[in-house]
Amino acid sequence: MTPNPYLFIVIFIGVALVFPLIPLALAWLWRRVFQPPKPGPQKNAIYECGVESLGEAQIQFRSQYYLYAIIFLIFDVEAIFLVPFAVAFTGLPVGAFIAILVFLLLLIEGLIWAWSKGCLQWER
Amino acid sequence: MSEGIDEGLRSKLQQQGVWVTSVQELYNWGRKNSIWPLQFGLACCAIEMIATAASRYDIARFGGEVFRPSPRQADLMIVAGTVTKKMAPQIVRLYNQMADPKYVIAMGACAISGGPFKQGYNVLKGIDRYIPVDVYIPGCPPRPEALLHAFMELQSKIDEQKLSGANKAAHLEPEEPSEFPVPEFGKHDLEPPANPNVFRPPAIERA
Repeated sequence: MTPNPYLFIVIFIGVALVFPLIPLALAWLWRRVFQPPKPGPQKNAIYECGVESLGEAQIQFRSQYYLYAIIFLIFDVEAIFLVPFAVAFTGLPVGAFIAILVFLLLLIEGLIWAWSKGCLQWER
Repeated sequence: MSEGIDEGLRSKLQQQGVWVTSVQELYNWGRKNSIWPLQFGLACCAIEMIATAASRYDIARFGGEVFRPSPRQADLMIVAGTVTKKMAPQIVRLYNQMADPKYVIAMGACAISGGPFKQGYNVLKGIDRYIPVDVYIPGCPPRPEALLHAFMELQSKIDEQKLSGANKAAHLEPEEPSEFPVPEFGKHDLEPPANPNVFRPPAIERA
């Protein structure tokens, strides 16, 4: 009589169950027989590099931060384009000069808009 | 447990190729060869500790290379460097958060006594004022060989710990504390300045 071809899978599942269960059972026995558990308020506390943890884990950032990002973009992009503009200033044709002025005006317009909206005023 | 084995019989059996051991020996053998230190450094001693962990000195030869960034997984605290009074509560809290059995190596002159800053206002005069230290390493800073030696001393200390009986290891005693009080900032100094249950300095005798 030939054994069932799926028998080895059953054996495999059995071994896969027993193999991790033996160390777990041994560890449980070890704790029962030898090692007394010693829990404590600090041992069970949330681990935070030695300092006591403060506040909640789920904090939210204020949506006001997006204004910072936009205004930073205005100043940053302006500064990046102003440097090559200043370097090549004396050799620029009139068309390029007007183009860069338009570009600057657009950014300054944005700054004035943000200013008039009161975005430069940081509240709380 | 190992007291149960007659040493003469044991060596006779070993000559015949039969190796006899006890649960205690197996337990200690396994523990002493896989000590996981807590990964933190306080001052220049930490640089020597890093050198010890790196390839040239290679603490992995002794089974202690797995520096863990969490006290939950660490067995050994290497206090490597100057413990300022601002840092001392954090050290004690980290020690409290480590799982038993746990060991402490005080590395360098500062960690064992305050070292060159002993007379200063802001340096703790030895971490053994708050937590029990197993091995002290003198030196400023100690060389990596000194840390390896301390590690081997700790291994032999672990090897001698008893599993049962009257003088069994402290982590197996239910009454022995696993946490020690964390000092707090007082008006002038840490409160208390030392834990009297831990800190027992030898009495100074002057002729």
